[in-house]
Amino acid sequence: MPLGDSAAYIEFSTTLDLEVNNVVQRLALLILKQKVPWIRDVVPALGGVALHFDPDHEGFPAEPLEAALEIVNGSLKESLEMKDDAGREVELPVCYEPEFALDLKEVAKKAQLEPQEVCQLHEAGEYRVLMMGFAPGHAYMGGLHVKLAVPRRASPRAVVPAGSVAIANEQTVVYPYAISGGWNVIGRTPRVLFDAKRSRPSLLWPGDRVRFRAIGREEFLELEKQK
Amino acid sequence: MTVKVLRPGLLTTLQDYGRHGFQRVGLCPGGAMDKVSLTLANALVGNALDEAALEMTVIGPEILFEEDTLVAVCGAEFQSSFPHNRPVLARKGTRFNVGRAARGARAYLAVAGGFAVEPVLGSRSTYLPGHFGGLEGRALKHGDVLLLREPQAVERFTSLKKTKDATVKWSARPLTVPDREPILVHVIEGQHFASFDSNSQRAFFDTVWSVAPDSNRMGFRLSGPPLGRPEADEILSGPTCLGSVQVPPSGVPIALMADHQTTGGYPRIAEIASADVARLAQLAPGGKVHFAKCSLEMATELRRDARERLNAALRGIAWEYQRK
Repeated sequence: MPLGDSAAYIEFSTTLDLEVNNVVQRLALLILKQKVPWIRDVVPALGGVALHFDPDHEGFPAEPLEAALEIVNGSLKESLEMKDDAGREVELPVCYEPEFALDLKEVAKKAQLEPQEVCQLHEAGEYRVLMMGFAPGHAYMGGLHVKLAVPRRASPRAVVPAGSVAIANEQTVVYPYAISGGWNVIGRTPRVLFDAKRSRPSLLWPGDRVRFRAIGREEFLELEKQK
Repeated sequence: MTVKVLRPGLLTTLQDYGRHGFQRVGLCPGGAMDKVSLTLANALVGNALDEAALEMTVIGPEILFEEDTLVAVCGAEFQSSFPHNRPVLARKGTRFNVGRAARGARAYLAVAGGFAVEPVLGSRSTYLPGHFGGLEGRALKHGDVLLLREPQAVERFTSLKKTKDATVKWSARPLTVPDREPILVHVIEGQHFASFDSNSQRAFFDTVWSVAPDSNRMGFRLSGPPLGRPEADEILSGPTCLGSVQVPPSGVPIALMADHQTTGGYPRIAEIASADVARLAQLAPGGKVHFAKCSLEMATELRRDARERLNAALRGIAWEYQRK
């Protein structure tokens, strides 16, 4: 379907399906590899992939939707057959100490767990970057334990500190910088999620497999000094 | 070559065509809100069309040219002594006091050669939320000194030096500044248009919307009667683009502008025709707009027409220069 007159969204599912998202991630990488000159951005989303066009490019086709669909169909078969090896593995250190875990007590109460159990369940999870957005470097990660699936905060915080690790519904996120947000904060990473000066500005990329590693206050402060 | 900022104005930032290829990690292309006016300003001073220029917003800056500098201002009409839409040689020591926008909201000040700031991720555009790009990732402030690169169009420079008032008798016609309000903006149906009830669908097109004061480079909030929630309330977060019109639970539509989020979880009622985005960007807070539905084919046609108008203007500028 068209996304305005300069982009297209090819949707495979209107609900969150991790299998579909896997295919979307591989598909997006295959399309990127083709380096189609009139496609400026390939954006894997939860249930589909968006292609953003450069309508002023000399190679821009007269029927861009058809051309886009052809590109997608050309790569779809391959992405369905591919083994699941598109994403890199990334480990993120997280400090779950109370001064960083602003909503841990609240989450524990809602989930009927001890705060410590919440952290353990969160750390034990294997996550996957399903989509990025909201802010540069901000990844929506699937794979949160169902026991931790609590709704977002009733009222969003005006400022969530940079590096805050948060959960809501069945996903986890890390806030790349201080920004307003409504997810439940249960820890903080000392890592820099997005830095425009790096050649790969974002720490996380779509399709990445992510693990969290619990660290103590001292290691957090030590790693933060190295920023 | 330098210019000095004596007064920064309301929001003055360096902007070019933006940075592409990073939407998949959540970074929007950004860049000038009105790329048409930016293009004209660059053409007038002999720059590459996508060179970075100063985007001045509603209340302009006061700047001092510390050397003879070839400049052009295109876009909104500001109350200033400086002629718009033509190349002007600002002589050493000229103070350029831009004042308030009288018509339109944003104008672009291009200098021959361009501003000497390092590109970040392939662009000199200022991305304010991320604090990078442009001048230290921020808007201009009092006392800033901006370095300029060497101008390309040396001929234009010398020919203007000989004229009495340091400018030319011709000008480029503005292409995006509204003659009257409300302006008419074409939209195609958004992905979730059908899930809004018929009253909301009708209200979206019947209402004369007003740009709310808390609008910014990320998005324009549109004041008017709040729209009802769509029947299928929960939607799966999906991609957005420049000109997407989202409806959050408050019912107040938001038109996504240059620094928009790349994905969103609010239903999208409409997508603004790309040909009309630059004109919408020329509305100041309080500015009035209404929407007309069009087909994808028509939006495509409008985009080609707009491109052709811009190309014609660029040919006109080139012709004037050849004629001398």
